[in-house]
Amino acid sequence: MSPPAGESPHWPAVGRTPRFRSPLLHAGIILGLIVIHFILPEYHNGNLARIMVLAVYAMGYNILFGYTGLLSLGHALFFAAGMYGLGLPMHLLGATPAPAFLGGLATALVVSAVIGFLALRTSGVAFMIVTLMFAQAGFLTVLLFGEYTRGDEGFVIQQAARQVAGIDLTDPSNRYFAALTLFGVCLLLIAWLVQTPFGRCLVAIRENEERARLLGYDVLAHKLGAVIISGTMSGAAGAAYALLFGYAGATFASVQYSILPLLWVLLGGAGTTIGPFIGTVFMFYLIDLASGVTSAYMLIAGLALVLLTIFAPQGLAGELRRRLMSWLP
Amino acid sequence: MLDNRSRTGHLPGTMTRRRAIGTLAAVGSLPLAARFAQAQSSEPIRIGFQVHRTGIGAAYGRWYDRTTEAAARRINDAGGINGRPVEIIAEDDGTDPKRGAEVVEKFATQHNCDIAFGTLFSHVVIGSAPRAGELKIPYFVVSEGHHVASGILNRYTLQPGITDVKSQVEAMGPYVAENLGKKVTMIFPDFAFGHDHRDYFSASIERQGGTVVEKIAIPPTETAFTKYFPRIPQDTEVVYHVMVGPAVLTFVKELGEFFGPSSPEIFGFIDSLEAVDITSPGLEFLEGSYFWEGYPRYAQADQTEYDKAYRAAVGVDDNGAALSDSKDVSTYAHMFGCWETLNIVKAGMEASGYAGPDDRAALIEAVEAMTDLPHSLDHPQGAKVFNGRTHQVFGHQYISRVNEGRLDVVHTTSIEDTLYEDETDYTAQAF
Repeated sequence: MSPPAGESPHWPAVGRTPRFRSPLLHAGIILGLIVIHFILPEYHNGNLARIMVLAVYAMGYNILFGYTGLLSLGHALFFAAGMYGLGLPMHLLGATPAPAFLGGLATALVVSAVIGFLALRTSGVAFMIVTLMFAQAGFLTVLLFGEYTRGDEGFVIQQAARQVAGIDLTDPSNRYFAALTLFGVCLLLIAWLVQTPFGRCLVAIRENEERARLLGYDVLAHKLGAVIISGTMSGAAGAAYALLFGYAGATFASVQYSILPLLWVLLGGAGTTIGPFIGTVFMFYLIDLASGVTSAYMLIAGLALVLLTIFAPQGLAGELRRRLMSWLP
Repeated sequence: MLDNRSRTGHLPGTMTRRRAIGTLAAVGSLPLAARFAQAQSSEPIRIGFQVHRTGIGAAYGRWYDRTTEAAARRINDAGGINGRPVEIIAEDDGTDPKRGAEVVEKFATQHNCDIAFGTLFSHVVIGSAPRAGELKIPYFVVSEGHHVASGILNRYTLQPGITDVKSQVEAMGPYVAENLGKKVTMIFPDFAFGHDHRDYFSASIERQGGTVVEKIAIPPTETAFTKYFPRIPQDTEVVYHVMVGPAVLTFVKELGEFFGPSSPEIFGFIDSLEAVDITSPGLEFLEGSYFWEGYPRYAQADQTEYDKAYRAAVGVDDNGAALSDSKDVSTYAHMFGCWETLNIVKAGMEASGYAGPDDRAALIEAVEAMTDLPHSLDHPQGAKVFNGRTHQVFGHQYISRVNEGRLDVVHTTSIEDTLYEDETDYTAQAF
């Protein structure tokens, strides 16, 4: 293919070829989030820090649901694994945040590997039910060990303990940039991952699992890899939430928190890198604004979901990709 | 320079050009400054009300809402706080700790509230309190959880309007052991609230020479309870129950069906029946059973003028139901905490000369300095003692017996019965 008139044949038009558009988009989002921090009022800065952490959870979910086509109803288990993997060592043993965060990641990794190994023996509706049941078992386990976890009440991670290398994570700016760092790393990781042969194989499995198997791909190994990456990223979000907002509780292991990332991803656009973030922002502000108008705000959220499902079945980013940005990863 | 200045100062009628401009500028700006001062002084005191309008706490939230509005109306009718009206800014927290923390942030950074107030469910308090501490906004909770006094929260979180579960439960042991029996089977929800009951009551009854012969924990997701009741030992003298949530009515009905006409003494926390009419079909077996009440739901024979006025203000009849709908039963044992807390806030703001967010620390110090809170219309539930070190209030507890379909008070504890050793000292924390 010859380059467009007026462009060097040796240098691709930066920003106009898929190879460069994707990095530009993701770098632009991260840069935009840096800039917006200095513009937004305090309230929205706080919201955005929380949204970025939750968007990491949604991005983790999206790897399994959006790219691999596996609908899990038990991701709260992975979020909670990260949350308690960080929270309990800090709360009970006085661990410092850095090793505790690694503990959260390791816990989520192990839990997702075990759950993946067991749940992937099923598929379709059975996979949904099995993941739901495992998550419910996890929720009840948190309650069962209430002596340590304080069950439904949960526990506080004290302000004084939330310092990393002299940086106070309870300071609004530090919290924002800590959330942005995690969000940026995960966003770039996913943008890279979906372009790798592994990521493309996940999409192939989503589109036609039998064909992928016939082509010689180890479908089970790829699915297990997806569960582990998805679960660990969800766990990173759980650990970050506990660390940045100072609380861990059983509510985050409940079924409600398994449904939320599904909604965020559906709204934002499953199988797109930026969809989970868009969906999380949309849902957060929809509830925040609607709750100021009526106590039936979940009805409004439900209505929005129905309308989007009808008029934008691929979610907001999915529609963007369909109409304007076919290169959107 | 000094000489010149002194000289002009002593020469009335003479004025330098600079001084004239300065004076004109001052005069010109006076109306603006005056207007600003006026605006400051008449600007409402904004109280962020974190309310459970949806979720498991909705029944409580509805009545917390009504009580809060009534208390704010009374304060405003009496001239407000420091001459400023009180404005209640309510936000639903969905009885969810994540949303609760978001709501506290919204109060502090968007609504510019002076304080946050009102939370009941413990997990919402514990999830929200860290943000209140970081945002340095006083957070007055009406939760009855032991979380405040246990020391796990922070200096910005206080519970001056309602007693905590530890003091309530521990005060029950002597009466139960002396009047109902010493072999107790406990039935409680298998989460932190239930575990608090299990642990504090077990210790209390053992101090009275009694024992808990069986502890039956009910999983929080349970909807059918009969299968648990065969675990009640035959030598049980007292069944102690406490349940919360939407399944409470089913629980109590199934308990009645299990025992039939002959049962051991039954002692429950009214939490099992808050917002539920005890004359509901299927609850007849409760006749003769006992309940802890934070505040007696039914107007008693010796009803005080304070209780009469409080009921009228919040719109509750003598049976504890809404004046407008006798089937709409209140959460009378808990909701008074909103009324009393707002009166504490008023007293604290007046004592500290509160003018705005810069005085938040002074407000907390003023509340910490409070001790005796006499029985009055500000505190219609009864006299109380506030412990500024633990940020927790202590007060009388009531034990009532179901008699012809209403609850009659048979015992009132002293405040001393409810006290326990301090577990923390928040005043040692910096603001």
